[in-house]
Amino acid sequence: MMRQETARQETRRYELTQVPWLKRLLVSRWPLFLARAITLAGFVLTIFAGLIGSPVGSHNFAIIFVWIAWWTFLKLIAIPFGGRAWCSVCPIPAMGEWIQQGALVGPDGRGLGLGRQWPRRLRNVWLPTGAFGAIGLFSAVTLTQPRVTGWVLLGFILLAVVLSLVFERRTFCRYVCPIGGFIGLYSRLAPVQVRVKDRAVCAAHKEKTCVTGSVLGYGCPWQAFPVVLTQNTNCGLCMECLRSCPHDNVAVSVRPFGADLSQRAGRSLDQAYFGFMMLGSVVIYSIVMLGVWGYLKAAAYNIGTLAWFAYSAVLLAFTLGMLPGLFLLAVGAGRTLAGSKVSLKKTFVAQSHAIIPLGLMAWVAFTISFAFAKFSYVWSVLSDPFGWGWNLFGTAQLPWTPYLSSITPLLQVLALLGGLVWTSIWVRRIAQEELPEKLATRQSLPVMLFCLVFTIGMLWLLVG
Amino acid sequence: MTNSQLSNRRLQVTALAVLVGVVVLFVPIPLTLAAPQERHLRIEASRYQYTPSVISVNPGDKVTIDLTTTDVVHGLYVDDYGVSTTADPGQTSRLTFVADKAGTFALRCFAPCGPLHPFMVGKLNVGPNWLLWRAIGVAGIAAFAGFWMFRK
Repeated sequence: MMRQETARQETRRYELTQVPWLKRLLVSRWPLFLARAITLAGFVLTIFAGLIGSPVGSHNFAIIFVWIAWWTFLKLIAIPFGGRAWCSVCPIPAMGEWIQQGALVGPDGRGLGLGRQWPRRLRNVWLPTGAFGAIGLFSAVTLTQPRVTGWVLLGFILLAVVLSLVFERRTFCRYVCPIGGFIGLYSRLAPVQVRVKDRAVCAAHKEKTCVTGSVLGYGCPWQAFPVVLTQNTNCGLCMECLRSCPHDNVAVSVRPFGADLSQRAGRSLDQAYFGFMMLGSVVIYSIVMLGVWGYLKAAAYNIGTLAWFAYSAVLLAFTLGMLPGLFLLAVGAGRTLAGSKVSLKKTFVAQSHAIIPLGLMAWVAFTISFAFAKFSYVWSVLSDPFGWGWNLFGTAQLPWTPYLSSITPLLQVLALLGGLVWTSIWVRRIAQEELPEKLATRQSLPVMLFCLVFTIGMLWLLVG
Repeated sequence: MTNSQLSNRRLQVTALAVLVGVVVLFVPIPLTLAAPQERHLRIEASRYQYTPSVISVNPGDKVTIDLTTTDVVHGLYVDDYGVSTTADPGQTSRLTFVADKAGTFALRCFAPCGPLHPFMVGKLNVGPNWLLWRAIGVAGIAAFAGFWMFRK
């Protein structure tokens, strides 16, 4: 069934690189370089605004642009439709990568750096999982205090530079960046991919320039081996393999949403746990940030107090213990009902990948809650990024106006229901990888119940 | 079952599920509504919550809210109604409107009152929150449809 499904999906791809002008655009280094230069300039402005601008979040470019405009763009558009597209223009690793490569645009420089390999035991997403959890613990402060946002972003860029000087390629992006982990997890659902066209061509190609690099392009900065790439998670859409392949054997294609979920390769416990960290975080953020309980907001904000420690303990216990624990119970119950001989761990890991759409759509619904309500702040900080009374474009005094408030709840409902349908499809399909239909149904039912309860909980939190 | 039969069945189940979902989500429910009355409510604002945090009225009620604040200046904006008021410490400000739209609406502070100001919210329920109950109903249908639609 799964092989048939994979084959069916293979036929439902359209190769963008067969369009000559599009291929030229993708192969050219200039569009990505220019985009990166623009995002880097915005990033520098953001750091300055955060560090020296107004301490009032709603009057500061850093808070509004990072946590309202960019974060919303990422979750509502960039990830669902472009996967890791943002990573290809992300400014955070740019300086480190340029120093490492000794060039801004082409592979003709003499780079700096030790080029060490990242420790084997850390080649997973446990570190991003921990980093995302840590961000969650301090989120109420980071999201609202411009200076903290400025320091965090500066810290990210310095860490990326240091790691680029010590370790090979984009180690920071692949193994450390919590946002990269977030994007990587949900990029599997995006309708775009970079894959080799014919594996036999790669097998016969001894130089493997997509890995080692050549005068045409760098070896994969993400340390991926394109011929075995079956998921978007570790593909940064940088197009280096498209440039470095001398046999024109790499294609950029559009495909059905969620196509990667049928791939068994790459399913692992660390990825599963990262998914639960995301699922749990969106619940906790919905309660604390969007709920009506002021004491919870105060607890999340007042770092170091007893209330904050309690908040931290609940966040970590819920995301890393309770939620995966309940899911494990559901998987175990399904396994018992089905009489499955597949190990509990393997079933848990496989089924946890089925709930990736549930997580993404929950984040979409969560984002809709505040994005439209707060988006009008963007116009005023564009004119007055530091909150110093400037009025560059004449929009500084535009009043706060919530957008689309009449349809926001309906959009949230549709997002959550869409996520539930999407996940329910994959819960069943993944169960059928190992089990015949009737047993797969039994295996899936408790997991579906988990997903249903999660969705109802999110509905209550967001539109209740 | 052939691929063609499978596709047909999926199409039928999808169409049925969408139809039932749309009915559950959007079809009006005939209800006997309480006669509109005047409601006088008092809301106390403080960093970063309203007390009470949730207020409920009936559709058609004429609602008057007296807003007070215990610490700094706070605002109260009613989503979708577009009405608002601001209260200074020690003073009461009044907001009056007719609750002619049913549903659940966010109450938002719009006067920057501190770091967590963007997250200071309350809720106004005008009648039952049918969207929630309908959505829960559709969630069951959605889970069932997704689950059965793509079985082999």
